[in-house]
Amino acid sequence: MAENKTPLIKEISKGIIKENPTLVMLLGMCPTLAVTTQASNGIGMGLATTFVLLGSNIVISALRKIIPDKVRIPAFIVIIASFVTLVGFLLEGFVPPLYESLGIYLTLITVNCIIFGRAEMFASKNNVIASACDAIGMGLGFTLALFIMGSVREIIGSGQWLAGLGQLVGIDDWQPISIPFIRDNPMLLFIMPAGGFFTLGMIIAMVNKLANRKPPQEIECGGCDNCPMSGKCDKKEEKAS
Amino acid sequence: MKTLGVILLSAMLTDNFVLSKFMGICPFLGVSKKLDSASGMGIAVTFVMICATIVTYPIHHGILVPNGLEYFDTVVFILVIALFVQLVEIALKKMLPPLYKSLGVYLPLITTNCAVLGVTVLNIDNGYGFIQSIVNALGGGLGFMLALVIFSGVRKKLEYADIPETFNGVPATLAAASIVSVSFMGFSGLFS
Repeated sequence: MAENKTPLIKEISKGIIKENPTLVMLLGMCPTLAVTTQASNGIGMGLATTFVLLGSNIVISALRKIIPDKVRIPAFIVIIASFVTLVGFLLEGFVPPLYESLGIYLTLITVNCIIFGRAEMFASKNNVIASACDAIGMGLGFTLALFIMGSVREIIGSGQWLAGLGQLVGIDDWQPISIPFIRDNPMLLFIMPAGGFFTLGMIIAMVNKLANRKPPQEIECGGCDNCPMSGKCDKKEEKAS
Repeated sequence: MKTLGVILLSAMLTDNFVLSKFMGICPFLGVSKKLDSASGMGIAVTFVMICATIVTYPIHHGILVPNGLEYFDTVVFILVIALFVQLVEIALKKMLPPLYKSLGVYLPLITTNCAVLGVTVLNIDNGYGFIQSIVNALGGGLGFMLALVIFSGVRKKLEYADIPETFNGVPATLAAASIVSVSFMGFSGLFS
């Protein structure tokens, strides 16, 4: 196993920074914008998604030779939806406050492009261990992005940080970190939908700047055959004509 | 019980799926570059939303609830939507080729549009009746289309703007979406 170690760590680390699903590949925008009014919600959503991703990647990867190619999409959807239902039960049972605050977005993990994308692009082509590592990396990258988003919006929008984290980890007398000055004059706009769009735009701009790379004008193309966006893609028309 | 008009307008304006519930962001950012593709996607989504509601409502209340299987909602609904999108695609291809030609490319994308799954789940969560559910789906779809069409106009302007390189592309689009979302905040409290 020793010689296998390096590539596996690479599988994990690539998802966190270099191919961060939210900030670099721009997948899974809906939950990123919707639940990040608090940093703790971001962590909860991120971990729930990581769990679903891990489960679905392992199962899909294990069944990749059994699932016929033609029915793979419905098969993937059923596997993913089952894990989402499972997570829903677990959260409802063990962390009811988080279950309440995530609400409908918990169900909508089913249609999160990250999970489906990893199933299609990675798990259906790689072995179980590599798929599991990929899922952990991508999930942690997603969690990190959500945590950053949630922190920025919570600090500016309500003047405190990590409210609700106590419920997440089971500490009853948790006190959120209060930010002086902003606590008295919070910019409410930031915890409203408009602030979500704005914050995400600024964070992506910052990632662009730090990575010092050309902005992602076009999402990188991996061929039209497996591409969920092939329907609306302009390049396909170019190729066909 | 809310009246149908209030459900329709609040699904369209105050609780706009894209701009205040963040559902269907991917097509909102992806397909809103041109006006005709924005309206095409909007019509296709509205259509599938209504059809999915018509199918999932009886399934939930007729099959799952009597058998105590409500927790299968997610699995069943997403399968129904995926199947339905396929059926609609095949049917349109055979029966209405011109409509298929204009909508066809957007249909496969709709399966993974969270607004469609969202509206079916919300109908159940809110305890709407059959007619109310359909009106809610109609309002949600129209609101989605409205947001896409308005935003396609904004993006046309954005293309001619001189934006710093770091902000070019997605960041500028998101900042513009934020401003459009602020304008929709003006509707809040209209129907309460």
